[in-house]
Amino acid sequence: MQLTETIETTRLWRPGSLSLAANAPSGPIERAWDKARFEMKLVSPANKRKHEIIVVGSGLAGASAAATLAELGYNVKCFCFQDSPRRAHSIAAQGGINAAKNYHNDGDSVYRLFYDTVKGGDFRSREANVYRLAQISVHIIDQCVAQGVPFAREYGGTLANRSFGGAQVSRTFYARGQTGQQLLLGAYQALERQVDAGRVKMFPRTEMLDLVVVDGKARGIVTRDLVSGAIESQAADAVVLATGGYGNVYFLSTNAKGSNCTAIWRAYKRGAAFANPCFTQIHPTCIPVSGHYQSKLTLMSESLRNDGRIWVPLNKGDKRAPNEIPEAERDYYLERRYPSFGNLVPRDVASRNAKAVCDEGRGVGEHGLGVYLDFADAIARLGRGVIEERYGNLFEMYQRITGENPYQTPMRIYPAIHYTMGGLWVDYQLMSTIPGLFVIGEANFSDHGANRLGASALMQGLSDGYFILPYTIGNYLAAHKFEKIDTLNEEFRAAQDAVAERTSRLLQTRGTRTVDSFHRELGKLVWDFCGMSRNAGGLEHAIGKIRELREEYWREVKVPGAAKEINQSLEKAGRVADFFELAELMCIDALHREESCGAHFREEHATADGEALRDDARFSYVAAWQYNGGDPPLLNQEPLSFEYVHPSQRSYK
Amino acid sequence: MKLIFHIWRQRDRGSPGRMVRYEKDGLNPDMSMLEALDVLNEDLTIKGEDPVVFEHDCREGICGSCGFMINGVAHGPLLKTTVCQLTLRHFENGQELYLEPWRAKAFPILRDLMVDRSAFDRIIASGGYISTPTGSAPDGNVIPISKEAAERAMDAAACIGCGACVAACPNASASLFTGAKISHLGLLPQGQPERASRALRMVARMNEEGFGQCTNIGECEAVCPKGIRLEVISRMNHDFLKASWAARQPATD
Ligand SMILES: Cc1cc2nc3c(=O)[nH]c(=O)nc-3n(C[C@H](O)[C@H](O)[C@H](O)COP(=O)(O)OP(=O)(O)OC[C@H]3O[C@@H](n4cnc5c(N)ncnc54)[C@H](O)[C@@H]3O)c2cc1C
Ligand code: FES
Repeated sequence: MQLTETIETTRLWRPGSLSLAANAPSGPIERAWDKARFEMKLVSPANKRKHEIIVVGSGLAGASAAATLAELGYNVKCFCFQDSPRRAHSIAAQGGINAAKNYHNDGDSVYRLFYDTVKGGDFRSREANVYRLAQISVHIIDQCVAQGVPFAREYGGTLANRSFGGAQVSRTFYARGQTGQQLLLGAYQALERQVDAGRVKMFPRTEMLDLVVVDGKARGIVTRDLVSGAIESQAADAVVLATGGYGNVYFLSTNAKGSNCTAIWRAYKRGAAFANPCFTQIHPTCIPVSGHYQSKLTLMSESLRNDGRIWVPLNKGDKRAPNEIPEAERDYYLERRYPSFGNLVPRDVASRNAKAVCDEGRGVGEHGLGVYLDFADAIARLGRGVIEERYGNLFEMYQRITGENPYQTPMRIYPAIHYTMGGLWVDYQLMSTIPGLFVIGEANFSDHGANRLGASALMQGLSDGYFILPYTIGNYLAAHKFEKIDTLNEEFRAAQDAVAERTSRLLQTRGTRTVDSFHRELGKLVWDFCGMSRNAGGLEHAIGKIRELREEYWREVKVPGAAKEINQSLEKAGRVADFFELAELMCIDALHREESCGAHFREEHATADGEALRDDARFSYVAAWQYNGGDPPLLNQEPLSFEYVHPSQRSYK
Repeated sequence: MKLIFHIWRQRDRGSPGRMVRYEKDGLNPDMSMLEALDVLNEDLTIKGEDPVVFEHDCREGICGSCGFMINGVAHGPLLKTTVCQLTLRHFENGQELYLEPWRAKAFPILRDLMVDRSAFDRIIASGGYISTPTGSAPDGNVIPISKEAAERAMDAAACIGCGACVAACPNASASLFTGAKISHLGLLPQGQPERASRALRMVARMNEEGFGQCTNIGECEAVCPKGIRLEVISRMNHDFLKASWAARQPATD
């Protein structure tokens, strides 16, 4: 596709000159991955032993990649900041993982999963990648079953499925409400098997703080040992980042407290392009905020929307208890507006509608920022036992947090930031714009376009880690010669010094405000102006405010303790410093994209009935931003073309 | 609401530790225990003191990072609840709370309420897996698994590896943890080929790591935030004994 506009230089960005070749194979899409694999160079088994690969991250993407690379014979070093790789944030995923198995004979196929994902992503993803993801999905389930993942079963012993938002078929596999936990434990166990075999060296409690690029290739990382505080370097022939998403830029999110953007942000500052940073997903079903001390938001799995009905009072300011509001005075607004998908519309649509009814003053709960998710009908229809079996642990969790019993009174939910579609730009081989730097899982931008469908992040992480990267990295290694590299060399020393300098600067500022107080303020800015809906004025305002606050941060932050000890404040301080910079780029990206697509909703660009209005003529591209020193970032475009799924206005009516 | 905390403060592995008293007012009953510590830490930071180090990440009761003793009980008074999900509404206004780290030889204290649980990873590495290299799996529906078996395996697989079981056990045994993994994998058809060697290797590693022996006291089950049942220890013992018996060399003379 030819883009109709050239990039203009503005106050906030300039045109870049990267040529972003995705390098997806030509020809029929069903054959592309086969063809690519056939064309790839292979590393002989004897030579694999000679290569060192660094994998940063031990979530679904990182653990599956590290284990598989080691099985193939590579030497792997794997890093995570938690005390054990098993605690990566993937552990928290609840609802399930998609796969086009069509075990339920309800019309699913690889093509349908591909189609749903491209459409769900509102035509801002790369077709060839998405097709490959759908193809691989079926192997993931097989692999996990063989590892002992206790997926839910039917009485006959076959695998059970449920449906999820954005799809009309049942293709989601699950292990109670703990699917991420079980998938991660499968990958973690495979990883530990390789640790025992001596092929993976695991570095827990170790944080990557910089990427080292030598002669244009990624050759290592700088780390801080979170127990001793030592700053060290590690060298390798290739570096894989599997460091997860950056939703914590908003402070309050469903992500684990430690989730951060530091690894990918440092890589960006070393030259890796950052794609679509403003594509951040708001999840419609989270427990509403209860007070200003709140440290994170808790997700209630979207699978609840299968049986729960969402409603608010028909009339503004109706403060009656939910059970006292008669049927006729309730507005089941999703069922009313989207009769064919009802409560199962995609996340962005569900979230925006919740915001809209709350903005109208019809929200429920103390602060009016909530809607009901009601199981009364489902319990009457199926019996409490069935509901308990399906969602028991979620109901328990809800009750534990709110003190209310959802079997008796409807849950209150509100949208919260949940997932980031944006991330480092990668080509079809999952390599970034820095040769030898691969990015997998939520950390890359690849497959979900402007909006991710439920149960497809786990699928993508495992597809990248088990089945794609282990091939593509071999192709890279086979095509290049690697001189032995010493971490005492100039680039390593310079990067290590820069990290040490930054650390001591944070410690020496000794200002008056805590890291968290800054993070909360930053998060609120980004949520208000670059959250569920955005407009040009707000984004301009936010950029100014973020800059002011960042400046204050480096002047006023107070980080207690020392460098050479366990120092959780220091860890946070470094992460928040990076969030400040990323937040600005997110706002710039959101400002430049003068259209609404998927989760990116620009108020200026909406249909008459308030749905997102894309502008394919101007914006059918991936925006890949390049760091430009202190100057405005450079904008590069990867044009997107759709040969199979024709772009249309998404309709879930 | 107000709480009076007595918290174990210890600089590092080598230093001695002691209990320090902190009074905190203005807490909200809807807060979690960790949010209360966040608030306390904000105060300490502003005062120029070192904040209390405690481990946490998901704050949803699933990652297993958090955990400490509250008044002598691992994860505190509420059944099946980690400290990150324990709200203050379960305490009385003005109550005194003693927060201490897990204490076990195999879990050295790193700082304040943070301990080193890497022994758990090494137990898993010794055999807590099914050897299936990527790509070698048959179709997921080839081997049917009864709903009952899948559910029971899931019950055991729900372990979050927090270490409360070890902390609660007077012998500091890791039997509930190890038994949970042996049961999870041993209940599934895929786990059968390595069932015997798994039990032998994991039990041996558990002992080498310095965990104590199980004497059937049951404190572990009582504090487990995921409700793992003592029955997993029986399964472990069964698999271990059977495997030990089978592994014995026949007498030669
Ligand atoms: C509450 C919740 C529920 C979800 N439910 C679902 C679901 O049902 N289905 C679905 O498909 N998706 C779900 N998702 C999304 C999905 O869980 C994530 O997108 C996915 O697990 C991310 O996996 P990952 O491997 O890319 O990263 P993560 O699991 O986030 O792992 C990141 C890893 O990187 C390490 N790391 C990060 N930074 C550094 C650094 N600087 N140095 C060293 N190590 C570092 C961490 O230690 C960790 O090991 C859910 C997400 C949340 C928040
Ligand atoms: S912080 Fe994850 S279980 Fe408590």
